[in-house]
Amino acid sequence: MFSFCADPDTLGTFRWFSCYLTTGVHMSFYLSFLKVLLLLAITAPVALGFGFLGAMSARSHIPPVSWLGKIYIAIVRGVPDIAFFLFFVIALDQVFEWSRHQILCPEWTEPVRQGSDFIVCPIAKLPLGTSPEWVHETYGFFLAVITFAIVFGAFAANVLYGGMRAVPRAQLETAEAYGMTRRQTFWRILVPQMWVYALPGLSNLWMVLIKATPLLFLLGIEDIVYWARELGGTKTSRFTDYPHGDWRMWYFLFLLVFYLAFTRVSEVVLERLMTRLTHGQATSGGEAQRKAAA
Amino acid sequence: MKKLILGTAALALSASLAWADTVRMGTEGAYPPYNFINDAGEVDGFEREVGDELCKRAGLTCEWVKNDWDSIIPNLVSGNYDTIIAGMSITAERDEVIDFTQDYFPPTASAYVAASDGVDTMKGVIAAQAATIQAGHVAESGATLVEFATPEETIAAVRNGEADAVLADYDYLVPLVEESNGELMFVGDPVPLGGGVGMGLRESDGELRDKFDAAITSMKEDGSLNTLLKKWFGDDTQTY
Repeated sequence: MFSFCADPDTLGTFRWFSCYLTTGVHMSFYLSFLKVLLLLAITAPVALGFGFLGAMSARSHIPPVSWLGKIYIAIVRGVPDIAFFLFFVIALDQVFEWSRHQILCPEWTEPVRQGSDFIVCPIAKLPLGTSPEWVHETYGFFLAVITFAIVFGAFAANVLYGGMRAVPRAQLETAEAYGMTRRQTFWRILVPQMWVYALPGLSNLWMVLIKATPLLFLLGIEDIVYWARELGGTKTSRFTDYPHGDWRMWYFLFLLVFYLAFTRVSEVVLERLMTRLTHGQATSGGEAQRKAAA
Repeated sequence: MKKLILGTAALALSASLAWADTVRMGTEGAYPPYNFINDAGEVDGFEREVGDELCKRAGLTCEWVKNDWDSIIPNLVSGNYDTIIAGMSITAERDEVIDFTQDYFPPTASAYVAASDGVDTMKGVIAAQAATIQAGHVAESGATLVEFATPEETIAAVRNGEADAVLADYDYLVPLVEESNGELMFVGDPVPLGGGVGMGLRESDGELRDKFDAAITSMKEDGSLNTLLKKWFGDDTQTY
């Protein structure tokens, strides 16, 4: 990076570190922080969407739809995250490839499963074998977002379901008395009021989601934990210009600070959001706000 | 219309031929000198050089992929990459699930490293990387086995006293012992393990295996493999 980095052995501590911390591998490390933030930024709204759909279908008046919602919530919440992450991603990938295989290569006669091998025709592979590495990584990232969204969507569905049931019955009855249809009641009365009941549960989920991002590593995505482990490991002078002992503790300490700072910022933001949502609500929080203002 | 269909078919055929030429090479990137990540963030090491040369001789375009050791075989058989080139010794158990090329690294000695002299490697607590021949050997030797996901952690376990010794490939341990300022040392006798290191491929990929086999043979014949072995493992290493 810097011109004086050509021969790190001769440098003083400060310059040595300024070279060490700007090597190519460290750039990948910094990039992985963006990866994690991007994952959170995409996953959170998608998971909330899954949760909303799950909660909506769980309280549906059509039995099969309601069963579907309830089964989704029950199964995904019941399976351990790690098992889900290890199994589901490979299964999802194979489902995609298998469907493409059926559509794109109808003339292919060999079986898809040969012993332990999973073979689809080359043009059905996802991503294609010829694609550059970044396509493979983006695809892996996409699978990770779906998996995270499904898992956290189930928890969010349960929270939203509870939030919807917590809205005072009197509010809904009043809406009916005004002659609103069921759909109007849902969108105009229930949904705007349920957030204040759901937010504590959702903020919990958000915190858990932040801390769950190291699971990315299970999915083969090189996240911050992977790089901290890789960079902190002992390096001998035969294979690097910057030999050092076992520095994993320092790298993980840095991750600790990162996660703490990030959750703290989240807490502040969520607190503000809560104040906003409470405004004008028929809850004790809303009542307190009204009195303070008056 | 017929022409169109024929044209598409021809295109699909030629396209699938072109596809077959890109080979994704899966490696761990944490086992110097076999494979590791260099300062620039790329896969480097003995296997990187051998792999690139093999691909050149076999006329293939190769791309390097990093994967965790734990899931390196499952990801091969489900088709996420096409070969494993990660210092993987040829063993009968692995051969049931995947296929191997001939060895490009002669059968190696594994060695014990401990923090003090006089550790009994037949009893004691011995660290090894999970799902390796070394872990299998420790489990059978009567010592207590502690397994770790990465080689780095096995060494750390010896340093902090969690394990009495570590069993790993001799060549992986040499630089670590040399630069430990006397903290680490070889103990006991080396153990010959495994049938050499080969490339792992899917059982259904016989054609690709033959190509790599032929390329390895040609590298063995003209001595270029020996040159690389000496470059990465020192002049005393076994050659072909």
